[in-house]
Amino acid sequence: MNYILSKLLEAVEYGKVDQGSPYPPNLKGMDGAHELTQKALDAGIMPQEILETALIPAMGNVGRKFSENKIFVPQMLMSARAMGASMAHLKPFFASGKIKARGTFVIGTVKGDLHDIGKNLVAMMVEGAGWTIVDLGVDADAESFLEALSNNPGAVVGLSALLTTTMINMGEIVEKIKENAPGTVILVGGAPVSTDFCRKIGADFYSPDPRGAVEFLKQLAS
Amino acid sequence: MKYRHLVITDPAKLIFGTAPYPVKTRRGLHIGGGQVYSELNFTLPVMSINDQTLPEVYAHYRQITEGALERALQLNSKGVILEFETLLEMTKSPATGVEIVKIMNDICESFYQKHGLASEIRLTPNDLREFERPALQRTSRLLEPMFQLFEQGMLAGGDLLSIESTGGKEVSDEALMMCDIKAVLFSLAVLGVRDMQFLWEKIAALARQHGKIPAGDSACGFANTAMVLAEKKYIPTVFAALVRVISVVRSIVAMEQGAVGPDKDCAYEGPYLKAITGIPISMEGKTAACAHLSPVGNISSACADLWSNESVQNIKLLSGMAPVAYMEQLEYDVRLMNTALKKGAAYSRTLQQLLVESDVYTDAQALVLDPSNVIRISSALIQGDSYVANARNGALEFIEILEETLASGRMTLPEMELSYIPVLREELQSIPDSESDFIEMMLPLLDPSKFIPSEYGL
Ligand code: B12
Repeated sequence: MNYILSKLLEAVEYGKVDQGSPYPPNLKGMDGAHELTQKALDAGIMPQEILETALIPAMGNVGRKFSENKIFVPQMLMSARAMGASMAHLKPFFASGKIKARGTFVIGTVKGDLHDIGKNLVAMMVEGAGWTIVDLGVDADAESFLEALSNNPGAVVGLSALLTTTMINMGEIVEKIKENAPGTVILVGGAPVSTDFCRKIGADFYSPDPRGAVEFLKQLAS
Repeated sequence: MKYRHLVITDPAKLIFGTAPYPVKTRRGLHIGGGQVYSELNFTLPVMSINDQTLPEVYAHYRQITEGALERALQLNSKGVILEFETLLEMTKSPATGVEIVKIMNDICESFYQKHGLASEIRLTPNDLREFERPALQRTSRLLEPMFQLFEQGMLAGGDLLSIESTGGKEVSDEALMMCDIKAVLFSLAVLGVRDMQFLWEKIAALARQHGKIPAGDSACGFANTAMVLAEKKYIPTVFAALVRVISVVRSIVAMEQGAVGPDKDCAYEGPYLKAITGIPISMEGKTAACAHLSPVGNISSACADLWSNESVQNIKLLSGMAPVAYMEQLEYDVRLMNTALKKGAAYSRTLQQLLVESDVYTDAQALVLDPSNVIRISSALIQGDSYVANARNGALEFIEILEETLASGRMTLPEMELSYIPVLREELQSIPDSESDFIEMMLPLLDPSKFIPSEYGL
């Protein structure tokens, strides 16, 4: 693999955002995702290749390590930040069509619920797998999901809920989406959610962690 | 911080059943006076609480109290504490909470009159303020029902007063997920301390006015959240252990404001409060697995004066109702400790050593509870001139102990845990002595939409 890309893969996998960032300690002073992405573009590497050979594999490694209990949440969040720093350079190429996304993933924490750490991790990992993310933030109601779906026909939806009291809203949102945008695939997650609950409210897939979501989406796109 | 000296300096004296300043209760329990008592906790099965279900709710509490005391009597119990930790609805409408205290107190009184079995109720209202975000710690209207329940509940027979207060939690919750030790220290040693001062001044005054017992608080929402997240492998156990140490400077404020113990069961910082202030404490461990898992099942009982099961639903098990089953488990645990105490210091020391050694090197959070480490870290926790400096010093002392223990080969940690240690130390070392310098350092780093400084007197 190209040297710059292998460095970028490492920077994202270990959460090195930019040269100045102190984390992780063993990469102190070295280039981070920010600098390396710029260097890769300067060297004429195609944006699609940067995404496919550095960022997606890096985030794949992160997701695997997290679900195997080999890294903690803060490290995952740092990798997500590094990925974000890299994506900032690549965003224009999505707009111009130079990079083709695998699909669009509309994600939000459901109405009444303000917990977004888990939802953000899922969004980052799915983005890391090459999908375009539409993040509706927290406290998202059925209308906002429907609006996002009408702007992004065929998008897959992800719902997150952390409170036993807001799981109920998840059911309502699923019902409205299935009614107004039939055929939409809906993933659900969050600590109190389960496969049983997923089935009960008529959603399509439950995963306890981002990796499961990524794998499900991979199959869906192929 | 008010405390400049440890009341207990000898680890051998930091032991179950005995506290330098025992607490006597209305029906004659002598907590910390030479024996350990059970503290039973319980809650409703899954059901909603509303006007229609209230009779059923009351019936549950009646059944729990009668069943538990009956079993305690059969097992020749020397006395029991029943903790009534309210469910939200019971603090939101204090009349419901008060009615349950009355029901329980009548049963306690009748067992006392008929059979001489002494029991008392610990009343623990909810800290309703945590349901408003950003939190209105001082100006919330929700303080009113909380204090109504405290006052009317103590008059109805809830003699021991506790709460798991939540000042600073809005900052701590995210700091835990990011393993941001400075923000955790800010939430506990600045925001938590200030809110504890505000809250416990009032609780202690009310208790004094009515001749009741201001018992103590727990950093449950902080350090136990960290413990649970570590259990799920979301954050390192080393980090969770540090949060526990830091929580001491926050929970001790209750004592500074007049609380006398027994401190709350879920406050695993209890041994520190006991060493520094001499109050008796309640603890929970293996017999609380019905409520949550923990890596400190045995060692947590090493210096307990009350031994608790944290919480169990009133559901039917093969043996009987769950609270009755847990009453029995607690009584047998306590009977063992009391037998050791009766046979003298050599026996109680031996039992304590077994409880300690069976856990101590299996998890950083157990290391924190070793009586000799408690004394050593407590000394560091009272040396400075501010809560901030004290918390930092205690945390750094724990890192010292951890590294010594690792170097000695008695304990091992996976690489993913080890890599956090130097980072955490460096972060802690960057914390200044003075509270105002620390606030100046932290305010620009914190999300201003998350908390309201004036609600903490800042
Ligand atoms: C951080 C936190 C907060 C922060 C949230 C900050 C933020 N920006 O998110 C704040 C302070 C705002 C907060 C507020 C409240 N919280 Co809170 N909070 C937590 C805490 C400590 C951690 C949650 C978290 O981030 N976990 C880490 C992430 C990585 O895990 P996760 O969210 O489960 O996500 C993972 C998976 O579930 C999955 N996943 C998540 N979403 C999705 C979606 C899809 C599609 C898929 C496939 C997968 C997936 O992937 C993620 C990564 O593996 C938990 C305690 C705990 N033990 O979980 C309580 C907790 C969730 N909170 C609780 C409560 C009660 C509240 C409050 C009501 C009051 C309070 N106690 O603070 C308010 C409610 C506000 C509201 N309306 O939402 C309770 C919920 C109890 C219940 N039975 O419902 C908990 C369990 C604490 C407790 N034991 O009391 N909280």
